[in-house]
Amino acid sequence: MHEEPILHVRNLNKQFGKGCIHCFDKRERQLEKNYCPICGTVYACQDVSLDLFPGEILGIVGESGSGKSTMMQCLYFDAPVTSGEVYLNNAELTGQNIFDLSQQKKRYIRNHKYGMVYQNPVNGLKMNFSSIGNIAEKLIAAGNRNVSSMEATGKRLLEHVQIPLFRSKEEPRNFSGGMQQRVQIAKALSNNPPILFLDEVTTGLDLSVQANVLDLIKEIQRKWGISMIVVSHDLAVIRMLADRTMVMLNGAVIEEGLTDQILEDPQQAYTQRLVYSLL
Amino acid sequence: MKHTTHFAFFDEGSKKEIRRTTLKAVAIPGYQVPFASREMPIARGWGTGGLQLTLSLIGKEDTLKVIDQGADESVNAVSIKKLVQQTTNVELTNHTEAASIIQSRHRIPEAQLSEEQILVLQVPTPEPLRKVEASEYATKRLHAEEEYSGAWLLLFEQIMKYGKTATGADHPVYVNGRYVMAPSPIPRFDNPKLHASKALTLLGAGREKKIYAVPPYTEVASLAFEDYPFSVESFAGHACHLCGTKDVFLDELVDEETGETYYQCNDTSYCIDRLNSEEPAEVGHYHA
Repeated sequence: MHEEPILHVRNLNKQFGKGCIHCFDKRERQLEKNYCPICGTVYACQDVSLDLFPGEILGIVGESGSGKSTMMQCLYFDAPVTSGEVYLNNAELTGQNIFDLSQQKKRYIRNHKYGMVYQNPVNGLKMNFSSIGNIAEKLIAAGNRNVSSMEATGKRLLEHVQIPLFRSKEEPRNFSGGMQQRVQIAKALSNNPPILFLDEVTTGLDLSVQANVLDLIKEIQRKWGISMIVVSHDLAVIRMLADRTMVMLNGAVIEEGLTDQILEDPQQAYTQRLVYSLL
Repeated sequence: MKHTTHFAFFDEGSKKEIRRTTLKAVAIPGYQVPFASREMPIARGWGTGGLQLTLSLIGKEDTLKVIDQGADESVNAVSIKKLVQQTTNVELTNHTEAASIIQSRHRIPEAQLSEEQILVLQVPTPEPLRKVEASEYATKRLHAEEEYSGAWLLLFEQIMKYGKTATGADHPVYVNGRYVMAPSPIPRFDNPKLHASKALTLLGAGREKKIYAVPPYTEVASLAFEDYPFSVESFAGHACHLCGTKDVFLDELVDEETGETYYQCNDTSYCIDRLNSEEPAEVGHYHA
């Protein structure tokens, strides 16, 4: 059975710097890790291609500086790409590279099709607005103008991520890190996006809270069949969540396959080192 | 009177620049046009935006009225009037109907304005999204993309906290179905007066260096959620203790001896006009 991918990424490139005569050509360039030693240009993502299928969780692992987060930022339009194509399997957007769309259209996709959970809740939440206001912000952006329906949605989601309702009008800056992360998840879910990006969601949380958040993510996948891209440097998180996994090194995808396959039988030298360094 | 300065204080180049900015502002209702705010003989934040607009507009035939939160005789209004009069020698008036230019701080007069009049409002914070987004670079983009969730979010927060939209003043408005605009800190009571107003409304922010406008007969809608409709301040059951009017914006005052609260018209010239009209004429009545 062939399924259509819901998100289709081809040759995504992101560089910081202009590049020089020594690094213009992809095949010729001699990079030191991911930057050109002559002009200092950083090639954060190099020809990253991926397919995300409905209802699956795609894991992306790699050491820090390997381009995982940069790729997520590009996909979520937080940062402009240098080149590349992304297609969404959606009736109104078929055949259109969404990187070429206008800012308004991109914002529309962000508000209606995507959800994002950042590693640092400061990026995803307005810390001096109430938690329920933060959730409403995304609903307002998606065109909702009805207070009671937004309040009901917000409360339902907060309950779902186990934030006590009597704190729903409190600002997230008063919350613990784990609670902030859960408010962020609630916000990302507020308009039932078909695609969710999770960037190092459990990093910096203690183990029991981590388990809570991971349970929640798994449950969301099962309940609503939302497709997710999960970025993490923590192999345990990837093992628990991801159906398929990609390994990134110095801005490029070096290995991909079923998670079990990658973790049990790594082919690339770097992946082998990564897997065996697991404590 | 002998002029020792230019007519209307400014050199002609400055007037030209401000008028050109004003024309652009009128052409794009609600859009904040940047301009080179001049150093004025009053401090920024004390009405320099409005004053610069007035000085660029005024001609020898004009009649000027300046009000400060409804009052014609407050220090700030008087100082601005004096400055304009000493540099132009135009006529001053307290009567809303008699003025061709009305500069105002935080109120729109109660009397209906006409097509021949221009209302100049002084603006402290022209950016309705400033509370949600500190960066000017970012707010400009939000306006360009008509992305106003921030302004709605502020109202949502009020409803969550106080159970209603509680903007004391400066309740944001949608102008001509395109730009969300800060109407300057007028009470919500005055917002409906902006809608389809016969007079041209100009708004000037001297410190923030912005001019924007609502042309005559332009659609102006106050932001409101479906289930929390826009409402103005209510003075139900109260009337002005001097002239007895009920349907105007009233100030709440406290009698210091008895401790009783009483109400009075905020628009002083409206109140005086009402009183004069009720007074039987003793001799041939004459308006100063």
